[in-house]
Amino acid sequence: MTKRFFVLLFPFVLALAGCNKGGNDANVIKVGEFASLTGSEASFGRSSHNGTLIAVDEINATGGLLGKKIELITEDDQSKDGESKTAVKKMISRDKVVAILGEVASGRSLEAAPICQQFKVPQISPSSTNPKVTQIGDYIFRVCFEDRFQGGAVLAKFALNSLKAKRIAILTDVSAAYSAGLTTYFKEQFIANGGQVVIEQKFTKDDKDFKAQLTAIKAQKPDAIFMPIYYGPATLIAIQARELGIKVPLFGGDGWEAPELIQGPGAAEALEGCYFSTHFAPDQEGSHAKEFVAKYEKRFGIKPDAMAALGYDSAMVLADAIKRANSTEGAKIRDALAATKDFEAVTGKMSLDAERNARKPAVIIQIKGGKFVYKETVNP
Amino acid sequence: MTEFFQQLINGLSLGAMYALLALGYTLVYGVLRFINFAHSDVFMVGAFAGLYVGRSFHNSSVGNGILIKLLSMLLCAVLGIIIERFAYRPLRQRSKLTVLITAIGVSLLLENAGQLVFGANPQAFPQVFPAQQFTKGDLIISSKDIVVLGVTITLVALLQFIVLKTKIGTAMRAVSFNAPAASLMGININIIISFTFGLGSALAAAAGILWGYKFPKIDPLMGIAPGLTAFVAAVLGGIGNIPGAALGGLLIGVIETFVRGSRWSTWTEAIAFVLLIAMLLFRPAGLLGKLQPEKV
Repeated sequence: MTKRFFVLLFPFVLALAGCNKGGNDANVIKVGEFASLTGSEASFGRSSHNGTLIAVDEINATGGLLGKKIELITEDDQSKDGESKTAVKKMISRDKVVAILGEVASGRSLEAAPICQQFKVPQISPSSTNPKVTQIGDYIFRVCFEDRFQGGAVLAKFALNSLKAKRIAILTDVSAAYSAGLTTYFKEQFIANGGQVVIEQKFTKDDKDFKAQLTAIKAQKPDAIFMPIYYGPATLIAIQARELGIKVPLFGGDGWEAPELIQGPGAAEALEGCYFSTHFAPDQEGSHAKEFVAKYEKRFGIKPDAMAALGYDSAMVLADAIKRANSTEGAKIRDALAATKDFEAVTGKMSLDAERNARKPAVIIQIKGGKFVYKETVNP
Repeated sequence: MTEFFQQLINGLSLGAMYALLALGYTLVYGVLRFINFAHSDVFMVGAFAGLYVGRSFHNSSVGNGILIKLLSMLLCAVLGIIIERFAYRPLRQRSKLTVLITAIGVSLLLENAGQLVFGANPQAFPQVFPAQQFTKGDLIISSKDIVVLGVTITLVALLQFIVLKTKIGTAMRAVSFNAPAASLMGININIIISFTFGLGSALAAAAGILWGYKFPKIDPLMGIAPGLTAFVAAVLGGIGNIPGAALGGLLIGVIETFVRGSRWSTWTEAIAFVLLIAMLLFRPAGLLGKLQPEKV
């Protein structure tokens, strides 16, 4: 009888443990962050989180915002679909954050955005580039360029002018909104400017064997292969392509931006001489950039990549907006964010346009000698 | 035409790994009449065992490769035996459903423990055998494919030899025909079942190493997709039938590859399951299986 009583009591005890400590909100401003700290895009999450940490610590060291310190609440979405929704709902309803920073991957930003919009919590994505993200509503912002620019003005022009590739094969990850979007915008501009897409092949997340798609691509003899995908599959595809004797250059977008791209046996050799576009290069010009690189290297021991820089910028833009709004009310922060003009970000001077996207230049990086080397800047 | 042969080589290479995995499923089903869902995760543990052992070898050579493989196979054989001893044996008298659910539980346990121990991020698999390309006209055969096919053929032949020509193999077959009768004949059922699990798990480990070798990025959830496909392959060939599992694996590998390289590549995974459903509808015993009526 007593045993049964305790067995029934146990779940209630557990539930109590889950309750919030509550209160104590008067002294801090809670900001939520969701990122892929583990899983297939862990490099993105770790980088952007590190960048955000530096920003938050900097702000708190100089007195915080509106006299209060920022408390950063971070959730890991594990690079999986479905986790972002849970993370964001929790941060909004239980932790009562004033704004959300996240995510790098467009698919996961798209998952969270309707919730942020519904609860009128401003969301700033550090580097989701699919145009649909900010189209969800007026509470959703991004501090990076988007894929109509990256696919069209940057990559399509790069392929035609710098790579002199008129016949291209495209390999798309149909399970990622980022990849599908970038493919569409690239094709539009590439074909409009005289290029020819000789073959398109597809794969999904978790696919490991690409020899089938690559064999079909090889048979069409393209001048280059466009891979608007994430760094995980990019490495495997490059290795397998070289194994099949495909020697043409491979190029992609900011999804390639991760040190893991060229790690592992055969990776750096397979990608030697290949290119990708991204938001930031540690060796690019600009005093804010150099300052940030030094700070990051001092704290984490490695140079920051684009995701780290954008993570930093997303937090700084939010802080700037809160200062200008002089309030932590969602609507006021939103209006202040929308009015962001000529903000001196690490990744360049930026203003948020009417669609809440940032007009920024892109940089092209080449993989040379096992390292990422800055090649050129493309302005909007 | 070269495209066709190239895809064929790609498909056989992939199919060989599915075949090795399918053999494990079919062995266990044959002897115990139950699907070991944790098999795909033993595959994953095998790959990780290869990763950690391989990292301590600095050169890749054929000798080192074989050593890594054997060590990993041994480790997983032990793991398989432990799983059987503690998770399945106590439930041997219960209904099949109970053991099935336990198997799913073990699978989840291995996956999540793997994420805790190995970390959830994909890790680079070291080059255990040296890699080279051989060209013949426009056709390119990677040494990776040769190794995969070679190892698979060797292991399948070895398995056939064990099952058909050795005493313990005969005992395994006896247990799969009728376990109580076999025990009446003096066969120690527990030892045979443990041996079967060990054998199946060793094959899973071999498949895991080959997989890591061909696709050098492994993570703790890597077993789910290939495991499912290999299970389909085992059923396709006739569950419980060893040559059937090998044939099923090769067939699915080739079909998947051709579909993946075609216009309908997004249907790749669907194809395997469509085939499964079709097979179960029209020929439930599988390609090489014989429908065995339950004799009461």
